[in-house]
Amino acid sequence: MTEGAPAARPGSGRTGRWLARASRHRVALTLAFLLVFPWIAPYQALAVNILVLGLYALGFNLLFGYTGLLSFGHAAFLGGGAYGCGIAIVHYGLHPGLALAAGTLLATLIAAAMGVLAIRTRGIYFAMTTLALSMCVYYAFYRAEAFTGGENGLRGINVPSVALPGVRLNLLDPTVKYYAVLAVVGLAIWLFSRLLSSPFGAALEAIRENEHRAQACGYDVARMKLAAFVISGALCGLAGALQAIHLSIVPIEIMHYSTSGQAVMMALLGGMGTFFGPFVGAATFSLLQDGLATLTSHWQLFVGAIFIAFVLFLPLGIWGEVLARLRRAGW
Amino acid sequence: MSAPAPRAAPEALPILATEGLGKRFGHFRALSGVTVAFPEGGITAIIGPNGAGKSTFFNLISGAVPPSEGRVLFRGQDITGLAPHRFARLGIAKSFQITNVFPHLTVRENVRVAAQARRVRFALFRDRAAFPELIARAEALLGEVGLGARMDRLARELAHGEQRALEIAVALAAEPALLLLDEPTAGMSPEETRDMMDLVQRLAETRTLILVEHKMKLVMGVSRRLVVLHQGELLAEGSPDAIRAHPEVRRVYLGKSA
Repeated sequence: MTEGAPAARPGSGRTGRWLARASRHRVALTLAFLLVFPWIAPYQALAVNILVLGLYALGFNLLFGYTGLLSFGHAAFLGGGAYGCGIAIVHYGLHPGLALAAGTLLATLIAAAMGVLAIRTRGIYFAMTTLALSMCVYYAFYRAEAFTGGENGLRGINVPSVALPGVRLNLLDPTVKYYAVLAVVGLAIWLFSRLLSSPFGAALEAIRENEHRAQACGYDVARMKLAAFVISGALCGLAGALQAIHLSIVPIEIMHYSTSGQAVMMALLGGMGTFFGPFVGAATFSLLQDGLATLTSHWQLFVGAIFIAFVLFLPLGIWGEVLARLRRAGW
Repeated sequence: MSAPAPRAAPEALPILATEGLGKRFGHFRALSGVTVAFPEGGITAIIGPNGAGKSTFFNLISGAVPPSEGRVLFRGQDITGLAPHRFARLGIAKSFQITNVFPHLTVRENVRVAAQARRVRFALFRDRAAFPELIARAEALLGEVGLGARMDRLARELAHGEQRALEIAVALAAEPALLLLDEPTAGMSPEETRDMMDLVQRLAETRTLILVEHKMKLVMGVSRRLVVLHQGELLAEGSPDAIRAHPEVRRVYLGKSA
């Protein structure tokens, strides 16, 4: 406090030039990777899975990594998006584009209703409240058999092709399907990045860092958390809607709390609060599941053990650890 | 209990006033019947021995805790029981007794995000860099509190005294009309304490500060007015000279009577 030195020059900070540059172009870099990803992935359907789960983890990460709220109810949004989209196609014959919007809207409404009830609780109580509410949603959809197919799931979401102005996309071709899904996911990634760089994103970070201080600065913390919760739900809903078209079925398990746990796992495996982490987490989780399931029917046991090892020994997650090492190396 | 009549009005409308302010925790009366007015400009210090109710009083006037009885008036407007963020938006800023910054944000971003709070909160799709005046304001304030060379550091990397200075910059970021400081020198070394009191004095040249302090000596020389609390009640208030000569204050602070 005693020095009267002038302001430090920009760039003399901790994050090196290369990482700062990468961070400025995070959307382009992420999209570049996802563009070549199908040639790295073992097979195309898995690549689509990872893309969709990556978006699910991304939406979850807005709340978990950037706002500091641990929800155990995000399955309700993934499922709400999937059912909304599936029902729009199966029961109302809507265009897949409109069905995606319908699914996202349904998830957004569910998120708003759950958020209003849950947002005033904190920590473990918030996690438990979201878990309980999501199970209420689960049962509501389970019972609404006429619409959702109940226990059997919603079947017959057949979208062999999508008619767009001037072009017809053949979704039976796995490559076309991947890039069609990527177009939607890419748009969501771009929106997400804009959101993080906005004043609103800055306020969410402040809330994560210190809720009381943020409040003393004049932020209406409850309202901002609710907004983050709803936007997070909308992104996860979009992921669910894509999932419904991708798998052409919505199993009721999509709303089960274990699906909520999957979001937590992917976020932690990849690295919470990192931009690209959710996709790393989704890829890791899917590859583990895919690889282990061919070896043993008890694959969940091994995924669980690996997850515990991560939490204990690599708490930053894979991508978080990579970034931390690059930063230490002065990148 | 009905609020006692406000005392004879000072020269102008006080920036902050309390009327019969009290707080109970169960059966324990932490504070009762405090009626006091804080003038605009300079430093008013709230002093008192341990357990006098200083922190409770601070929490009531900063909106952190709602009172059990009485009212808080800001420039004549009743603000009793408003949510904490409402206090901030009216122009009442505070620093906490325990250092309270955003640890994993840079020093510059700490102040920038605070400066943003009164202006742009829900701008979802504009870049935060699109508000250069907020960055300029943050950098100017950091210069004022002596952290001009530390702006790219993470807040958690600063020394304790520097973090307290940062917290004051964060509190000042939204251009408050009134700054409340809860024991700003708590846990500081003698040099840090001196620096902090210098800073407080500099800030008070152009602002209104209310300062809770345990150590009477620290604030005697710099305060315009002092408010002395004892056992949850108002013991005395007045100029430093009047307080120094006040027999009850002398007894509480010097003579030991159980």
